[in-house]
Amino acid sequence: MTSSSDLRSPSRTGAGLALRDATLGRPGAPVLEGVDLDVAPGEILTLVGPSGCGKSTLLRTLAGLLAPLAGDVSQDRHPLTGPAADRALIFQEDALLPWRTLRANVELPLAIKGLPRAERRRQAEDWLERVGLTEQSRQLPHRVSGGQRQRAQLARALAGAPRAVLMDEPFGALDAQTRAGMQDLLVEVLRGTGATVVFVTHDVDEALFLGDRVALLGNGRLTAVRDVPRPRDRTAHDDPARVALRRDVLTSLGT
Amino acid sequence: MTRRTPQRESRFTPRRPRRASRFALRLASLAAALGAWQLLAGLKVDLWLRFSQFPTVTDVARTFADRLAGPDYWTDLTDSLTRILTGFLLAAVLGVATGVLVARSRLAEDLLGPVLEVIRPIPAIALVPVAILLFPSNEQGIVFITCTAAFFPVLVSTRHAVRALTPVWEEAVLTMGGGRWRVLGSVVLPGALPGIFGGLSVGIGVSWICVISAEMISGQYGVGYRTWQDYTVVNYAGVFVGMITIGVLGWVTSTAVELLGRRLTRWLPRTSYIPGARTPRPARTAAASAPVSPTAKEEAPHDQLV
Repeated sequence: MTSSSDLRSPSRTGAGLALRDATLGRPGAPVLEGVDLDVAPGEILTLVGPSGCGKSTLLRTLAGLLAPLAGDVSQDRHPLTGPAADRALIFQEDALLPWRTLRANVELPLAIKGLPRAERRRQAEDWLERVGLTEQSRQLPHRVSGGQRQRAQLARALAGAPRAVLMDEPFGALDAQTRAGMQDLLVEVLRGTGATVVFVTHDVDEALFLGDRVALLGNGRLTAVRDVPRPRDRTAHDDPARVALRRDVLTSLGT
Repeated sequence: MTRRTPQRESRFTPRRPRRASRFALRLASLAAALGAWQLLAGLKVDLWLRFSQFPTVTDVARTFADRLAGPDYWTDLTDSLTRILTGFLLAAVLGVATGVLVARSRLAEDLLGPVLEVIRPIPAIALVPVAILLFPSNEQGIVFITCTAAFFPVLVSTRHAVRALTPVWEEAVLTMGGGRWRVLGSVVLPGALPGIFGGLSVGIGVSWICVISAEMISGQYGVGYRTWQDYTVVNYAGVFVGMITIGVLGWVTSTAVELLGRRLTRWLPRTSYIPGARTPRPARTAAASAPVSPTAKEEAPHDQLV
């Protein structure tokens, strides 16, 4: 469907997620209506839209934390019934358990899977090394910087080997420089996991850099889904096709 | 170690009295209070407040020493401690369990809420008649009253703490595939712990009030019982011994709860600022060149945390 898989060699297949004519929101307060969306296995789909447009609601529905008010939500053509280890969620901030060290946080999904202690420890150390937090693995979350906390969250989410990773403005609270570094890190650690990614952001440049496709939300609807030329290529920023898409996206967002 | 000493010094330049001098000040305050008591009682001062019947500090001290040598004092002490610890531990378990249940389940809230809210305003000591009716022995009745007294502060603070938990913690565990017990063990209980300990601290205080009062009314042995006995036989020095004992026991138990709470909630961002956790500042620059080894030992676990 998209140009995704040249980047990664999926050893495990990502999950395919789909919404059919779905109305989303909290009971009595729908924020999105008539949403039809397919997320292909292994692709990175970014969701952009103004704040309050229902990006987080859509993500929480895909996670299984919110049931759709109408319509269907499915994973690999099976209806979603609730949250599962298959679909990890990464939050904007402060989702690490503050009483656990970074390593203990990363061990948590492994403990839930029932891995023996030594194996948990080994895998957690391994993931922390991949995100560059070996030094800080014994620290409590409030002792490290915001960027380090988000890296730990990334490690925690991926440690459970999910087939889909749902990210809710994970880099939104970081400064521009840290943010670019985190985007590169994300691309790097995703490599080989084969996981499908749905990435919510309000930053158009971030959406165009990371996404194989970008989905636009606004006025309570999913307004468009566009293919991104040359995703995850820093040099593509001035590519005419990319520039045109960027202009289109900004226009449709009304900014 | 030697590297950080100067840094440490400059960080604490605002004038803080040294630990030894603060300790001396506290002792002096205590001594002054005792001295005033001794004078007022010894001179039998009667100026509206009447100290003529008051035992002097030396009277009380003599009685205290006699009591300590006899067997009854220790029986009373262990009896009271057994009662309060049993009651308090029961209250802690029941209070936390009920608090979590009421906070997390609407059904439990509807079923238990009204009953609890009606019982809550009743002072535990007013339940003495109920305790006498319900329980075959006085002993169980006293434990029941102590437990009821501590139960409500623990329940209320647990309920608030559980409701105030950050929702993303639970959502994170759910999306890792954790079930309800995992959420309870990994998020709800540890996350509510700071609040729970607030309730436990209040609870242990109320427990003492109730155990002593209950003993005064219906006990056999126990510090409260003994204190009331002394009063009925006009042994005022004995009454004061009882009061001091209650004070010290209350202080020791609440400090124990407090310390346990601090230890278990060490992850809180604030805990590093507890004054007690600070290492003493070397007083003079001359002393700074030779930092004592205990200082370094004290710091080691702290450094690991940092």
